Amino acid sequence: MSLALDLRHEPVSGIPHGKMVMWAFLASEIMFFSGFFGAFTVLRNANIDIFMEGTTHLNVAMATINTVFLITSSLTMALSILNLEKKNTKMFQVFMGITILCAFGFLVVKYFEYSAKFEHHLLPSKSIFFAFYFMMTGFHAAHVIGGIIPMVWMFLRSFTKKGYTNHVRVEILGLYWHFVDLVWIFLFPALYLLFPGAHHGGH
Amino acid sequence: MEAIASAHEAHHDHGDSHAHDHHSLSFVRKYIFSNDHKVIAKQFMTTTLFFFMVGGLAALLVRWQIAFPGEPVPFLGSLLPEAWGGSTGAIQPGFYSQLMTMHGAIMLFLVIIPMVNGMIGNFCIPLMIGTDDMALPTLNMFSFWLNIPAAMLLMGGFVLESGMATAGWTAYPPLSAIQGAGQTMWIVGLFLVGFASIMGGINYIATVLNKRAKGMSMFRMPMTIWALFITAVLITLGTPVLASALVMLFFDNFLHTSFFIPTNLLATSALDGTNHWSGGGQPLLFQHLFWFYSHPAVYIMILPSMGVVSDVMATFARKPIFGYKAMIFAIMGIGFLGFIVWGHHMFQSGMSPLLGTTFVLSTIVIAVPSAIKIFNWLGTLWGGSIRYTAAMMCAVAFVSMFIIGGLSGIFMASAAVDIYIHDTYFIVAHFHYVLFGASIFGVFSAIYYWFPKMYGKMLNEGWGRMHVIWSFIFFNLTFFPMHIIGVGGHMRRIADPTVYDFLKPFQGMNAFITWSAIGLGFTQFILLFNIIWNLNYGKKAPRNPWRSNTLEWAAPPHPGHGNFDTDITVYRGPYEYSHENRESDYWPQWVPPTEEEIEAEKLNPSHAH
Repeated sequence: MSLALDLRHEPVSGIPHGKMVMWAFLASEIMFFSGFFGAFTVLRNANIDIFMEGTTHLNVAMATINTVFLITSSLTMALSILNLEKKNTKMFQVFMGITILCAFGFLVVKYFEYSAKFEHHLLPSKSIFFAFYFMMTGFHAAHVIGGIIPMVWMFLRSFTKKGYTNHVRVEILGLYWHFVDLVWIFLFPALYLLFPGAHHGGH
Repeated sequence: MEAIASAHEAHHDHGDSHAHDHHSLSFVRKYIFSNDHKVIAKQFMTTTLFFFMVGGLAALLVRWQIAFPGEPVPFLGSLLPEAWGGSTGAIQPGFYSQLMTMHGAIMLFLVIIPMVNGMIGNFCIPLMIGTDDMALPTLNMFSFWLNIPAAMLLMGGFVLESGMATAGWTAYPPLSAIQGAGQTMWIVGLFLVGFASIMGGINYIATVLNKRAKGMSMFRMPMTIWALFITAVLITLGTPVLASALVMLFFDNFLHTSFFIPTNLLATSALDGTNHWSGGGQPLLFQHLFWFYSHPAVYIMILPSMGVVSDVMATFARKPIFGYKAMIFAIMGIGFLGFIVWGHHMFQSGMSPLLGTTFVLSTIVIAVPSAIKIFNWLGTLWGGSIRYTAAMMCAVAFVSMFIIGGLSGIFMASAAVDIYIHDTYFIVAHFHYVLFGASIFGVFSAIYYWFPKMYGKMLNEGWGRMHVIWSFIFFNLTFFPMHIIGVGGHMRRIADPTVYDFLKPFQGMNAFITWSAIGLGFTQFILLFNIIWNLNYGKKAPRNPWRSNTLEWAAPPHPGHGNFDTDITVYRGPYEYSHENRESDYWPQWVPPTEEEIEAEKLNPSHAH
């Protein structure tokens, strides 16, 4: 049974429901990755030699390319939101398209990185360092995939007759996407760059 | 009042048939994959009551083995396969560990948390803040349905020859990291339960912040909503940490990484026989991550019940809740302190005494907000005209059991005492007093209190009181003696106490506990029968059977999608009982003040405003 009365009104806080839920979800996500980073800090300090050795196997050049991909995609994501707000569909499509390309670029690079590791039998069970490497980058890549799906959906919808005009949703996705970017900004130095160059140079 | 109620009823019936013409949902969308928060609450209620029986049966099997080790289980013994029941149908040690693990995991993750948040939270939040549904109703639906595959995975080992998880509900590695498929599925299942609970939590936060009715400021919200709101924050910030620990545990278990496996551990994985571990991990790290979630989880389990009890007490004592704001800040204080006390579970795990001392201090500080709540409940009862309905009896049981559970908690909070009683039945007694004696009685209270709104039928008060009284008696007979045998040194989680000479004198007490537990189990059928019978033959519920103030009672009994049939504006706080400027002893939040009442208020301003 349904009652005729409509109690829906503007959000009390002025922030749309979806956005509020996304902020709460991101708080939750921060705690999730904090668990990983906390464990990383503890076990890195306990196994500093294994981590130093492990870092040398990673490909900093590939990770740098990936960093550029993600930062670019964050910018184009913001621009696509801006353009959709201005009802500039053409530019929305261009910027969203670049965002999707960058995200796919990230995954392709990641694929080559992973397969190089597998070829050299550097599996998660190899050492505590590679356990962290695969777990943290793996979960990050899963988050990238989780972002691509709605992006592609919005992108394709914008080409239909009805078009895509829900800029609040794109903005919510943008929040998520910036978060994914931010996680990488922490992962990149923690895994690839926290390299004891001075220590090695000293020997 | 009856006349008003029936007039509303007629109006409501009319609206109902009217709505059917325009807006009819298919059976599947209406009852199975429903977006309606009330249907989801009922789904949670059904599944949690089912799991309550499953978890309870596991507990009784565990108790049977402890009291009568090696004796065949009555009735069920002959059904057990060889691996579990041996040749005689007596519980084998391996099966005992599985039962003990599943009892804990089911009761915590599939019963109490979904009961207090899924059931009470889903039902109460939109109704009590005066809105039509959750902020994101579809997300809400998924947060229920994800529980079903999650529960199947959690108990998935039931269909495997190697059996269910056996590492206890805390799943400490290295044991949990080297166990077989049952444990692997348990880890994945628990991860999904956590994800479902986060999906619910973030939705509750947005709903409370965004969807309150006109005039419903934060400090006009009932205690139930405040408690659920703080709980949702705890879920949002705590559960993901458990999720990250479970991911690492899953990697250790399934991919043979070594997050929690120390160097040089000689162990063979029961999953695939591997015995190569790279090492370098720390088992203690898991305990830190696990308890960082699981201590706040204790408050996730009890805060909503505290909120319910506050509302029920004010309603049936016909008095405003004593110290409304103090109660809210006490909940916030408990929520915050809950995040900085996790180490008190680990005094015996190897910890710097200095760090231990800080955890002792932060833990004992929690007694302050808890005591504020206790005294405020007593202050609410003081001088009230109390009606002992079944819901009120549950609330009183909650407070008295929470006092006992809280006091035994202070023993454990001080490391010096805890080192002696750690991992004994004293601990078992303590957390059952808090979880069953408090949380579950709070849930019973909620069922008795909101059932008329939930299903539009009254529950039978007499049977309700019978259920509460006998539950209370059997509960105390079951768990109070555990304090004594615990201090006597009886360890937790042992399958056969008779192998220890010093535990042999406790065997009579163990048998007594088991018989009481069986009584406690069978008493729950009164509740079940009360619900099932009255769903079909119950008296039709009026709109506001308890003459209560909060907004859910403005809605028709058994409200449909959309909840309310009148516009909702909130004029006052939720606890205006026995107001001096008013003839009637309650003053609902949604009733506009009359001219005379505004005048009276001017002449004789009440401190409540």
